[in-house]
Amino acid sequence: MRGRGLLVLGAAIAALVLAELALPQLLNRYYLTIVVRILVAVLAATSLQLVNGFTGQFSIGHAGFMAVGAYVSAAFSVFVGGHWLATLQGALPAELARLLYFPLPLLAGGLVASLAGLVVGVPTLRLRGDYLAIATLGFGEIIRIAILNVDAVGGARGFSLAAPPGVDLRYEGIGLIGAVVALSLFVMARLVYASGGLAFRAVREDEVAAEAMGIPTTRVKVEAFVVASFFAGVAGALFAHAEGYVHTNSFGFVRSFELVAFVVLGGLGSLTGAALAAAVLTAAPELLRGLGEWRMILYSILIIATMILRPQGLMGSRELSLRRLRRRPAAVAEAGS
Amino acid sequence: MTAPATARGRGWRAPLALGRALALAAALGAALACGQEGGGGSASGAEPIRIGHFASLTGDTATFGQSADAGIRLAIEEINAAGGVLGRPLLLISEDDRSITEEARTAAQKLIQRDGVVALLGEVASSRSLAAAPEAQRAGIPMITPASTNPKVTEVGDYVFRTCFIDPFQGAVMARFAFEDLGARRVAILSDFKQDYSVGLAEFFRKTFRELGGEIVADERYTSGDIEFRAQLTTIRGAKPDAVFVPGYYTEVGLIAKQARELGIDVPLLGGDGWDSAKTLEIGGDAVEGYYFSNHYAADSDNPRVQAFVRRFEERHGSRPDAMAALGYDAAGILADAIRRAGTTDGPALRDAIAATRDYEGVTGRITIDADRNARKDAVVLKIEGGRFRFFRTVPAS
Amino acid sequence: MEQFLQQLLNGIAWGGIYALIALGYTMVYGVLRLINFAHGEIYMVGAMSGYYVAHALSLGSRPSLGGLLVVLLAAMALCAALGATIERVAYRPLRQAPRLAALITAIGVSLLLQNVGQLVFGADPKFFPALLSSREAFRVGALAVSNIQLMVVVTALVLMAALEFVVMRTRFGRAMRAVSADAPAAALMGVNVDRVISGTFMLGSALAAAAGILVGLSNPKIDPLMGLLPGLKAFVAAVLGGIGNIPGAMAGGLLLGIVETLVSGYLSSTYRDAIAFVILIAILLYRPTGLFGSGQVEKV
Repeated sequence: MRGRGLLVLGAAIAALVLAELALPQLLNRYYLTIVVRILVAVLAATSLQLVNGFTGQFSIGHAGFMAVGAYVSAAFSVFVGGHWLATLQGALPAELARLLYFPLPLLAGGLVASLAGLVVGVPTLRLRGDYLAIATLGFGEIIRIAILNVDAVGGARGFSLAAPPGVDLRYEGIGLIGAVVALSLFVMARLVYASGGLAFRAVREDEVAAEAMGIPTTRVKVEAFVVASFFAGVAGALFAHAEGYVHTNSFGFVRSFELVAFVVLGGLGSLTGAALAAAVLTAAPELLRGLGEWRMILYSILIIATMILRPQGLMGSRELSLRRLRRRPAAVAEAGS
Repeated sequence: MTAPATARGRGWRAPLALGRALALAAALGAALACGQEGGGGSASGAEPIRIGHFASLTGDTATFGQSADAGIRLAIEEINAAGGVLGRPLLLISEDDRSITEEARTAAQKLIQRDGVVALLGEVASSRSLAAAPEAQRAGIPMITPASTNPKVTEVGDYVFRTCFIDPFQGAVMARFAFEDLGARRVAILSDFKQDYSVGLAEFFRKTFRELGGEIVADERYTSGDIEFRAQLTTIRGAKPDAVFVPGYYTEVGLIAKQARELGIDVPLLGGDGWDSAKTLEIGGDAVEGYYFSNHYAADSDNPRVQAFVRRFEERHGSRPDAMAALGYDAAGILADAIRRAGTTDGPALRDAIAATRDYEGVTGRITIDADRNARKDAVVLKIEGGRFRFFRTVPAS
Repeated sequence: MEQFLQQLLNGIAWGGIYALIALGYTMVYGVLRLINFAHGEIYMVGAMSGYYVAHALSLGSRPSLGGLLVVLLAAMALCAALGATIERVAYRPLRQAPRLAALITAIGVSLLLQNVGQLVFGADPKFFPALLSSREAFRVGALAVSNIQLMVVVTALVLMAALEFVVMRTRFGRAMRAVSADAPAAALMGVNVDRVISGTFMLGSALAAAAGILVGLSNPKIDPLMGLLPGLKAFVAAVLGGIGNIPGAMAGGLLLGIVETLVSGYLSSTYRDAIAFVILIAILLYRPTGLFGSGQVEKV
């Protein structure tokens, strides 16, 4: 099994290096941007899956954490990081300098976002069901409006990643972005599928019983929330650096709803499901461009129809796995719930 | 009894799933790449000149994007009816950005990469222009924004132009007007803090008015989409201003005026070109009588060009044009004129031709593109009288 | 002091709108445990249908109470039908599905109505015809209240009383309360649960429509996206008053209107929208049953 894991890891790294080098030759900027958007959406959606799918909590204000990550990382880069990068570029070849620098704003964004997750999570995770949903929605809006009021990051005029001359703070390298997303997914998967991760699902299945079994449910919920907001923050930071310009409009209700839609359509409890749904539904509006005004109408009908016809979503709570696809269904001995 | 699958056994499933997902993403990317159109065309003489317009045709600010599009469309149709440019018809390709900031960038990219446009028109909102402009600059495609007023937009690069006022100019215009023409010394501001246009205009008004020696006695905010302003207006009323500056869009101004009157605020309200729409009169009704706002042109001006435009727009689209439509019309006109002067649709040459625009007679004024790639044109102050916008005075561009 | 009173009055008048929308929310939630996100859009459709009916009958040029009533009833009927249709098509199939699925569908319906609204009604804002000429109802010094503001509050109170009557004193109301308490048991007792739920939606939607017409009168600018934020805030109002509680929704609405106005007037107008959510969170943390709610807390 070890060998297998390493093989997969090697393949993944090769794929990413290939992506970094080859994709810009094959695809023009328009498609590259879509790929980056897809990667960001995948990360954001899977981070939400931790909370909604695995821990069973209805959080619908997730875009707020993306906003925190985006703005904090952008502010970091503009006010502090730009100079560091300039210095680095003096000592090293530009590409290497950027590669080394880039994880810094991501970390900054993720950490502050996870802090926000803590602040939001502790009070609200005591609530149940729909109340929790609306409370998280409320917090998402409060965060957005609060950022809108901070003049230092632009307010209604948005915030550009302005840099010292010769330095470009934008980062659109698919290889590194893909690596960050892949690594994040890996971490999240280990978190929920390792033995410690059973606690999340225990809380989801029956909170009362879990509490009775000695699981500190509130702490588990908050943990999931904090980890989820960390990765949402990273997703926001990736977004900010790929776009080069952030505006609170990108992180409103509609974005939060989109993330929830990805999670539910992909299947509550399936990381790959959420990832697939995010990928497909992020690409869809672009592919449907020819339809003009009908695009959004079709999109909403799609969501409604999927909910009615297949409420468990695409994957239910199962993950996409080669193993399952290779074996015949009858032979699968796992508890496939 | 089947023991539940141990978590350890699943530990390595994740990387496999990951690998699969990545492969899927790569495949998706490749599939999209296959759909890529080839750029450029044959050397046929009647090959249309492709012009892209990215705008908010749906979403929050759909009303502005649609207006701008209507104005641009009218200009293109008229130009084509007169034989096109350089013997070729103009083909307008409009892309919707759903009023979403990052979508403006994607829309611009699609127009540049997939549709091979020679120039871009857009966007109305400064935030969306700022998102897309770097793409145009990077691709060497000239971009003209018809209505973004944030000075930063044209600072992105030498391929980005605008054909409207910038906030510093327009904010100063009304500040001076209030101070000198109305003799106001205490002014309250009610701005839309969600729209960069409003925020920018308010900022420069505030600055200029204070420099002139006036006092800002109240600084209230609302959000576009709001319909209830009485709370802010009551506070403003309490501050007893000589005038109230409302640098917002026509979508809110009518109601603000009505509610201000209801609360007994009799001092004049002042605004910017965002007021320019029949909706201001329709929704505001009697309440807006006696108010002033700065604009690019006066619809009732004797200028036959303006009259003809208003008439043709009404015929074509069934409604009177608003500021966005007029600005869109002129932006398209300037672009076509520049193509004509450049004699080619080549990026650098077109860029230089646009930069060299001098005294272009548009419906929104006589436009000259200055060294910062912004439009220099006179402003007019209009007064609302008898249910119409009436020319009050000109403020020269200086 | 005068300014404070004026702000208070502004708040109460505005709160009346929230109250009307909140009534519909609270009813549907009480019976179905569903946050009908599309409720705000029904309010929008109410305003829009009022606009078209008024224009069709050319009532804009001849303001009259009769005309207003016609428009009001027409809008209420139309929205009742719309509400019932939405319930039948989008929510009924999901009665047994996980709650999050119903929530998503509601959001989907909300998005659908917004976009269809933009397509059908046009994205530009419309001026709602003056069905009633606006006059000052009374003025004390600088304190001004218009007749329309007064009408909003009075109508909200009247409708609330009517609703309370229906819920407490009629058979249908009793059926509603039964379904709200325990739907399977109610079904066993012979209550036609489907019919009750349909009826609840119709009632709630009719109230939202009334709110739409009244808002058209008092703040006569309508557009397809007008329902989003008021819808959410009305939900906050419903929670504030105690979800499932009718007088609570009324009180919650008025209170929210007042607090919003006072915060906007005295603290900072930039936090006007945020305040509703802050209240929501505060209420959920400290008194989740709301001001008037009965102790149905799900704690164990």
